[in-house]
Amino acid sequence: MEPHLQQTARRFAEQVLAVDFWSLRLVSERKESLAVRQDVVQPPDTLVSRGAFITVIQAGGTGYAATSDLSPSGLRAALERACEWAALTARWSLLDAKILPRCARTGSYETPVTEPWEGLSIDDKIGQLQTASRSLKIDARIVDWWAWLVYRRVDTLLVSGDGAWIEQRFHIIDPGLQAVANAGSQTQIRTGGGARGARQGGLEQLTSLGFSDQGSRVAEEALTLLEVSECPEGRMDLLLMPSQMALQIHESIGHPLELDRILGDERNYAGTSFVTLDMFGHYNYGSTLLNVTFDPGCNGEAACYGFDDEGTPAERVHLIRDGVLQRPLGGASSQARAGLAGTASARACGWDRPPIDRMANLNIEPGRGSLRELVAGIERGVLMDTNRSWSIDDSRNKFQFGCELGRLVEDGELKGVVRNPNYRGVSATFWRSLSAVGERADFEWHAVTNCGKGEPNQMIHVGHASPPCVFRGVEVFGGGD
Amino acid sequence: MQDYFFALADALQAQLRGGETLLLSFDGEDSNFIRFNRARVRQAGSVTRRSLALDLIAADRHAAGRAQLAGSLDQDLPQLMNLLEGLRRQRAHVPADPYLNFATDGAPSETRVESKLPGRAAALEAIVGASEGLDLVGIWAAGAVYTGFANSLGQRNWHACESFNFDWSCFHAKDKAVKSDYAGLRWDPVELQTRMQDARADLEIVRRPPKTIEPGRYRVYLAPRALQEVLDMMAWGGFGLKSQRTGQSPLIRMQTEGLRLDPAVDLSEHHDRGLEPPFTSEGFAKPERIRLVADGALRDSLVDARSAREYDERVNAAGECPASLDMAPGSLAVGDVLDALDTGLYINNLWYLNFSDRNQARITGMTRFACFWVEGGKPQAPVNVMRFDDSIYRMLGENLLGLTRERELLLDRGTYGGRSNQSVELPGALIAGLTFTL
Repeated sequence: MEPHLQQTARRFAEQVLAVDFWSLRLVSERKESLAVRQDVVQPPDTLVSRGAFITVIQAGGTGYAATSDLSPSGLRAALERACEWAALTARWSLLDAKILPRCARTGSYETPVTEPWEGLSIDDKIGQLQTASRSLKIDARIVDWWAWLVYRRVDTLLVSGDGAWIEQRFHIIDPGLQAVANAGSQTQIRTGGGARGARQGGLEQLTSLGFSDQGSRVAEEALTLLEVSECPEGRMDLLLMPSQMALQIHESIGHPLELDRILGDERNYAGTSFVTLDMFGHYNYGSTLLNVTFDPGCNGEAACYGFDDEGTPAERVHLIRDGVLQRPLGGASSQARAGLAGTASARACGWDRPPIDRMANLNIEPGRGSLRELVAGIERGVLMDTNRSWSIDDSRNKFQFGCELGRLVEDGELKGVVRNPNYRGVSATFWRSLSAVGERADFEWHAVTNCGKGEPNQMIHVGHASPPCVFRGVEVFGGGD
Repeated sequence: MQDYFFALADALQAQLRGGETLLLSFDGEDSNFIRFNRARVRQAGSVTRRSLALDLIAADRHAAGRAQLAGSLDQDLPQLMNLLEGLRRQRAHVPADPYLNFATDGAPSETRVESKLPGRAAALEAIVGASEGLDLVGIWAAGAVYTGFANSLGQRNWHACESFNFDWSCFHAKDKAVKSDYAGLRWDPVELQTRMQDARADLEIVRRPPKTIEPGRYRVYLAPRALQEVLDMMAWGGFGLKSQRTGQSPLIRMQTEGLRLDPAVDLSEHHDRGLEPPFTSEGFAKPERIRLVADGALRDSLVDARSAREYDERVNAAGECPASLDMAPGSLAVGDVLDALDTGLYINNLWYLNFSDRNQARITGMTRFACFWVEGGKPQAPVNVMRFDDSIYRMLGENLLGLTRERELLLDRGTYGGRSNQSVELPGALIAGLTFTL
């Protein structure tokens, strides 16, 4: 934790106005981005961001003010603005201020790191990127290729008038490789090396993400996709690899279970939900093989933390157990509104936005069966790998997703590669067609780093882990005009 | 704010060593946000944000950085000098950048977009008053957005724009709602009342029993907000030089096979609309207009500074995605749209579009909010949400029946990373057949 943040918080607490409740969330972020595109080293990019988010509850009203001015006068001015908002909105508030959480906890959290980002020189990092870039350019038809490495260190300090003092430090690594193959009007893109797989931790994560050794495979597959047939069309079995399961979980389990959507806050922007408050505890969301956990403690996954941004301690809970819906994704504010137990998932994307209900690490628990056994159980189907297209209705029901690469499965065996694999379905019934869940050995962590939601808008990273899964009788199709 | 930025630029310029060039880009906002649910305030607050991007250059090698600013030299300068020193160290480790490109003889400029915004209390009272009895959800966003450029060669540019953007929906039940907006530079409470009355009128249709249509091909009218979503998909790599030269444009068949849209489709990047700053973050001035599609054929590309150097073209945009898109009007009067549609879908909003096959410009997406089934030119019922899957070449090519004579100027509602100054001005589109799949 930066001493500057602690000093700022102490100073603020000493001079704060007399209000019913106040909280101060200080966020300091350092982000370093390195990339090599088409073998050209891109200029290194460093972000240094510090700011404060002040919340006030006063006389039945609530208000916030965010500022990048952390001087005593800057924070004082922000506090006064928050108080003005509380006074202005009190008579028209949606929520009774009495139900809002007033954190008084203390605690801390820091991402475990084995190999710190600073432990490798910039020369060595650029060298790794150049090597990775060269490994992607294996053919004249590779027309664009890219290797990147991003590191974020985020410090947050949440303090409140009720005695809260929660310090957290996160280290996040976000690497990736991309190859673009082109022939005439046909272009195919393949990614790997951790692309869309942000992890918490240090450089040790690069090995398990395959950053250094997947370049040629990524490029070869992009080239292969230029030549192969379109994905077949029809109703058939679908084997989703973890790199696509992440998106499937995200869109058709995560978002529908967000309590603020169910309570209507997001209806104008991110949308509503087909899930209603009365479904929790008995609704059959999926087959009995479906077990979904909210697990912010899964070391290394993208969205680990000790406390959410309202100060609620994070703990692992089942959202869906044996196919039955158990509880929503909702922080303390939403839980109080809905009268339901939820999760520690009130998160803000930065110092300038209020916490809202978010996913963190949302995972499908492993089942039984190796990938080979899953394939063996399919008579006719398609394996799909790595999301590239996503679209779902505002109730998070009717969806269509597309992947970078498909492989035919016939009579229990993997066959040839097919391109432009897409599938569509309806969340409310899709998960009931889940017929096999892979074992822990094939369990992989992935992430969605651009989850958009909220008014004003917020983009945040979340983690999703899953084994490969099989779904029966899904509407599958390919590209073409 | 302008004076502060320029003072900061002068102070940083004084820190440079021989042979160094520094580019500075300022962006900031003073924004008020009021979030509504059920016509009551869900969250309300202010964001005061100033940030400075730095690009330190020497001998074609450079490193970039960005820092949030407090707004006073005594706080910001030490932090920025630390960052500058860090960039100096990083720069020494990177090779020369062959695509580095910045203005060396750029002209100074200063633009301020005139506005008349209401105070927070006045806005809140007007909205709450106008939404009496409605289940309204949405957001009020208002205030100033600042953009500046300075370099150590002495160039100084400044752009300030104050605007408001009220974006809301009125719900009947579940996902049945009417979406509205009122955004601009000059607030008029009477205009808000008018738009709220329009929403109330549409709600009367939304309250009727909904119709579920079967998958198939239907005649449709895309209102400007819906058409904007389709154009956004074209703009997702379709007009940028880099994506075009690397085969990643969704309009690749227009490039390689000469495919054309309907001759009525005419698209321009319209920088002289004036909401966006007229300069780039490298100090280049933007031209007033760039023809992207003319007579249905692909024309010029958007070229940012790096692409300009790589492909030996002139810089004409800050980024390679349109920020002020303009679509030429057609001849269909808005008042005649329902009769021209006759039987089909009147689509006010589309949602969550993405590609089914990027090479074919084939896109999918959902209907959302107030979409009506129309028979004999009369709205009959709201339609339950449907998924479409069709190609832009068909939608704006062989199946395009006409564009409306009247257009709408739509200010971007986006607030990711800060309030947007982007906008589009476009008509609605009558289409002979759009394929629905789910």
